[in-house]
Amino acid sequence: MTGTGTFTPRPGSAPLLRQVLAQSAMEAKLMLRNGEQLLLAVVIPVLVLVGGVEAAKHVDFGLDQRPIDALTPGVLALAVMSTAFTSLAIATGFERRYGVIKRLGASPLPRAGLLAGKIGALFLVEVLQFAVLGAVAFALGWEPAGGVRTVLLGLEALLLGTAAFASLGLFVAGVLRAEATLAAANLIYLLLMAGGAVVLPTTAYGSSGHLLTWLPSGALGEAMRGALIHGDCYGREQLVLLVWAVIGTVLTARTFRWE
Amino acid sequence: MRYGEKTAVDGLDLSVARHTITAVLGPNGAGKTTTLETCEGYRRPQQGSVRVLGLDPVADRRDLLPRIGVMLQGSGAWSGARAMEMLEHIAKLHAHPLDTGMLADRLGLHDCGKTPYRRLSGGQQQRLGLAMAVVGRPEVVFVDEPTAGMDPQARRDTWDLLTELRDDGVTVVLTTHYMDEAERLADQIHIIDRGRLIASGSPLELTRGGTSTIRLVVTKPFPDGAPASLQAALGERVEVTTISEVSLLVTGPADHTTLATVSRWCEEHGVLPESLNLGQRNLEDTFLALTGLEITGQEPGQ
Repeated sequence: MTGTGTFTPRPGSAPLLRQVLAQSAMEAKLMLRNGEQLLLAVVIPVLVLVGGVEAAKHVDFGLDQRPIDALTPGVLALAVMSTAFTSLAIATGFERRYGVIKRLGASPLPRAGLLAGKIGALFLVEVLQFAVLGAVAFALGWEPAGGVRTVLLGLEALLLGTAAFASLGLFVAGVLRAEATLAAANLIYLLLMAGGAVVLPTTAYGSSGHLLTWLPSGALGEAMRGALIHGDCYGREQLVLLVWAVIGTVLTARTFRWE
Repeated sequence: MRYGEKTAVDGLDLSVARHTITAVLGPNGAGKTTTLETCEGYRRPQQGSVRVLGLDPVADRRDLLPRIGVMLQGSGAWSGARAMEMLEHIAKLHAHPLDTGMLADRLGLHDCGKTPYRRLSGGQQQRLGLAMAVVGRPEVVFVDEPTAGMDPQARRDTWDLLTELRDDGVTVVLTTHYMDEAERLADQIHIIDRGRLIASGSPLELTRGGTSTIRLVVTKPFPDGAPASLQAALGERVEVTTISEVSLLVTGPADHTTLATVSRWCEEHGVLPESLNLGQRNLEDTFLALTGLEITGQEPGQ
């Protein structure tokens, strides 16, 4: 052993935080580079927002506020759902398929770090989504409830919604094969977007609409609307999201296979 | 190591000296990958114990992982990640990574540095896999079939790199089913077959210093007692090994006398040679003599 060669061993892990940040940046980059995921993350929410505001001029959704004020919170909730659930499930499904998780399993990055990296990537993408959607909404005349309380409640909804949907997304990715995950994650997204009271308030779904607040989509939509329209929090939606997050985490912990 | 009813690796007892290249050689399905993945901590042996750098690969996995480099068979990268992006990502997880540009030069990865992983050729994916295994400056690298699917130039680059790693103090453990790869590269070879260790030694020891051989393949099965009568005709200075019912190996000085005796024996016994090859005893012969199998896992002559 010479001690001076090019390949002379000098092993060691990078500090955990640096590893997690690298993992987050990499996963966010890959998510944004993927055309289908970008469609889901940004293009569809923008279309829903612009289209919804236009449609509300001709159709009565039974909204209590101006369409832009009533729809923007729901579209932000939709953006969270698309990233934390659909994008995460699909990306993780294919990571398992292509042996990425196995490869990373032989790297210094521990599994907790991998999970933290994934969560970081979700927040990076969500920040970008909120920036784009916020800019479009303000351009269309959006006037959210003001104040620190609104911002904090909005963040709370974002965190709880991400936790609930991400845990459910990982559950789907862990039990199904990659192709089945792709199909299921997209299908569930479409069903919840149309019928899950995420974009439109539960009042738009008629007399049984209140049942939809038990779904993670309805709870997240209502939590966002409560925060951004009224600057208020009812507590119930947040609790529903928390319960879904616990269910998703338990299911994932019991069933997820890393390879 | 068992999977259900099937025992993939059974009673394998081998050790690897530091700062050497060790090849685990065997046909497909011999248990090479299982052996490697047990060392890498992916699998827990049902019986026996494994220690790598004195650590238990499963129990001490977190301490061990930064110190080893792993090249898996097949994929192990995001399909949308560019080659260099992937290498740089793995580098960032380590404290003192190698310069990724230098590694890319050494392994010819610059041409495809911006190519997404899914569009790399099989050989390029292999080279990237090797780069990812060594970028963290490990003490031990485990490489599974490193040159499968590579063109000859890439194979030579890979061999040069693995040799340099060894010379710089890295311990290299590789699996291969290429005899020439093991013979040329390895300091120590372990031949395994159906999960069992059947021979260990340096290439020279295993080939007995390249003793000359005559390999005889005939058109129809040998008559009864053929090896014994040939052995008797040739005398004690050579050794006759039956490989199959239509082929056998004569090990010893392959001079005029031996050759003449073999062809006279063929004439006397009404045996028509299909081929009569003179050569030096190589790993292939060793393997054949030990297992009766070609390295591909087929019966000879098929």
